[in-house]
Amino acid sequence: MLTSERQAGGLYDVAVIGAGVIGCAIARKYAMEGARVVVLEKAADILDGASKGNSAILHTGFDAPPGSVEAACVAAGHAEYMAIRDRLGLPVMRTGALVIAWTDEQEATLPALMAQARENGVDDVRLLTRGETLDREAGLSPSVRASFLVPREYIIDPWSAPLAYLLQAVAHGAVVLRGCAVLGGGFAGDEWTLRLSQGGRDVGADAGAELRARLVINAAGLYGDDVDEALIGLRDFTVRPRKGQFIVYDKPASALARHILLPVPTKITKGVVVCPTAYGNLLVGPTAEDQEEKDRADLVPEALEALRTRGEEILPGLKDHEVTAIYAGLRPATEVKDYCIRHHSDQRYVTVGGIRSTGLSSALGTAAHVFRLTEVAGHSFGAPADLPWPSVPNISEAGLRDWQRPGHGGIVCQCELVTRREIAAALEGPLGARSLAGLKRRTRVTMGRCQGFHCSAPLAEMTRDVFASPMAEPIEMPGHV
Amino acid sequence: MSELPSEADVVIVGGGPAGLSAAAELKALGVRSVVVLERDVVLGGVPRHCGHSPYGLREFRRPMLGPAYARALAARAARGGAEIHTSVMVSALHPGPVVAVTSEAGESRIAARAVLLATGIRETPRATRFIGGTKPGGVMVTGALQGLIYGAGMRPFRQPVILGTELVAFSAILTCRHAGIRPRAMVEPDSRVTAWGLSGGLPRLLGIPLRLATDIAAIEGRDRVDAVVLATPKGHERLAADGVVVTGKFRPEAALARGGGLVVDPGTGGPSVDECGRCTEPGYYAAGNLLRPVETAGWCWDEGRAVARAIARDLGGPAAPIGLPVALSGLALKYAVPQRLSGQGDPVFRRMHLRVREAVRGHLGLRINGHEIAGRSISALPERRLFLPLPRPPRSGRVDVVLETR
Repeated sequence: MLTSERQAGGLYDVAVIGAGVIGCAIARKYAMEGARVVVLEKAADILDGASKGNSAILHTGFDAPPGSVEAACVAAGHAEYMAIRDRLGLPVMRTGALVIAWTDEQEATLPALMAQARENGVDDVRLLTRGETLDREAGLSPSVRASFLVPREYIIDPWSAPLAYLLQAVAHGAVVLRGCAVLGGGFAGDEWTLRLSQGGRDVGADAGAELRARLVINAAGLYGDDVDEALIGLRDFTVRPRKGQFIVYDKPASALARHILLPVPTKITKGVVVCPTAYGNLLVGPTAEDQEEKDRADLVPEALEALRTRGEEILPGLKDHEVTAIYAGLRPATEVKDYCIRHHSDQRYVTVGGIRSTGLSSALGTAAHVFRLTEVAGHSFGAPADLPWPSVPNISEAGLRDWQRPGHGGIVCQCELVTRREIAAALEGPLGARSLAGLKRRTRVTMGRCQGFHCSAPLAEMTRDVFASPMAEPIEMPGHV
Repeated sequence: MSELPSEADVVIVGGGPAGLSAAAELKALGVRSVVVLERDVVLGGVPRHCGHSPYGLREFRRPMLGPAYARALAARAARGGAEIHTSVMVSALHPGPVVAVTSEAGESRIAARAVLLATGIRETPRATRFIGGTKPGGVMVTGALQGLIYGAGMRPFRQPVILGTELVAFSAILTCRHAGIRPRAMVEPDSRVTAWGLSGGLPRLLGIPLRLATDIAAIEGRDRVDAVVLATPKGHERLAADGVVVTGKFRPEAALARGGGLVVDPGTGGPSVDECGRCTEPGYYAAGNLLRPVETAGWCWDEGRAVARAIARDLGGPAAPIGLPVALSGLALKYAVPQRLSGQGDPVFRRMHLRVREAVRGHLGLRINGHEIAGRSISALPERRLFLPLPRPPRSGRVDVVLETR
């Protein structure tokens, strides 16, 4: 029924608010089921909120609250990622994780944590003695007591995965509007009218800055509670941003850890993690700091120093290595100890809120969960089109990279080995980068040890007239040589 | 660009002053095939984007601007018969020596009889310094600023704050002036200007407030810098600015050396070498600012030539022993180059080169098996070079450099 209305301009089956990892996965799911999807992102580029700064772990959900929506979505998300990643060109580093006890008290909690893992369906966990732990991870501080192994905790590429999901949605006809905030809207009859900021004029929303949709899905992350209040007048959860700061060590440090090194978790946080990254570095973080502001995540030198100290306590060899990048992200924590996924079927509206720190792992599972909720409620779409799968360029160290193939036009970012050809490609297409941060997330440019020393000039030239906020402006130069 | 060879007598990694002078010298000494690999599009290293400082007095006996100096160095090496490749990146070092390279043509390897590492230095960026606040665009090191202005003819900001007072910070100011950029302030955490021989008069002369004993506590802004929060002796102060130039604190570009298993000295941040520039893996040598931060282009040029002489002499000869380490005692001693003494062949470094971590007075002594063979009283600052004579190492025992402070 709805497919026949696809020709009707300006009416979408589904409007997804927010192009974070959850929004991207939801857009993919509905688009592949045949729905006409529009994604509304208020930032200049995708992945600009909670999804831009995480630890890049594909969790099993072993430590999630048993029986929770989160536990189910993480488990399903993990399984689906592993099932589809090859077709999308997405990497996986099968590192496994060690949950490490450093004290007698922590060691005493390991059996209960392992029992919780089994309850969550993660039944391949295995207790390791101190000696077995050090055999696997020789660089660990000798003060380690014991650990347990979670074999299927993996490292993935946190930016290429959501990009691939959204590209697949676009391949199935989804429209992505960036720089387009939802200002308000109303539900009347059986459809929504959403009022948009000016970015919405680019495509689709021709009648001024408005757009109609039969179903609205709020995946606005840090702003999920605000969007609920603006659209359905309800605030049944409150986002309390939890800041996580991270430090990233230069490539040689990655030799110091083979696994994801997890602490025994507390009620508030998973604690400080040490892990390799898909880009060949070693990551230490995050902190867990509650704050009010949703639009800024400040780096604090003292907290970064504390992370370095903690990192060196876990892996003493880190003291000889250099930190080459720092970042801070915000998790959309709420007062609820689970995801806040609510289906308001009478208003054709779904809230996907409070996706705390497990969004990257659960995204595909969360999308499937949301789809099932709305399917039961009677939304259905035409027969899914069987289209070729788009494949994202590999930027991880787990596969062949562009610089290893001839004809790349030269290496622009020398620390991260990013080529002119792959930068040009990342600036083009339906989801071309629109900010330096967006280009970094698609290619790794400027992420390395020199932080732009070598590549700033060629990047400024290549991105001239492309970015909303340009890196530099041309100047009239007197001859200088 | 000509095709990369699969073999060479000497491969030089880095086409800056040290690498190019070594290439010219090796050819002058009759070495058959000398290949220079430069990852940038332009040869010359740091001077290539330095459109204002006086270069070339030692090398060409006349003052030159950076880009002209870089071209002259490259021309001299090419005239001598060195094979020079730009846009070629060495991605790994292997025993042999063999270097893995990548270029537009793809990946390949070059086997050499000797490899000279002359990969130079870079400044310490914002991230490594743990400067707090947000991460807007427009925060960069001097090298990036110079690349933008002199290389690309683009201006990233109009009113930045400049952090640091090493020589390079003054270079950043001159670069700004060249592009019509007016820095809001020059900020130095220490209570005095670092650059030797320059007083605070220069920035004032240029109309830029110099703020000593002041650090950047935080950077503010989302897409662009809005302001910089300064930590001053009187407390925090918000200064409106649209960019930050993070200058100096140079460190050797040693990731390649480290990745190749060469021993890296935590004091210098560069590979450990003996008195002939030999690294700890057979066939590998190092010269120039990779050895330690940071000396002038002329100094690096001289060092490149010196190590080239050792390489030419060693080709075909027996491998040098690893040598005796030079042990440092005295917390204020930051480093000594060379780090080891092998005793094989006449040394090409004329002296032992040292630096201290902080302003210090005391006695600096060189001891062999506990007996002082050279020593002197010093009153040293971190930015000043210190020297000791280079001793012939004993057959066994130990070599110590001792700094006794008073």
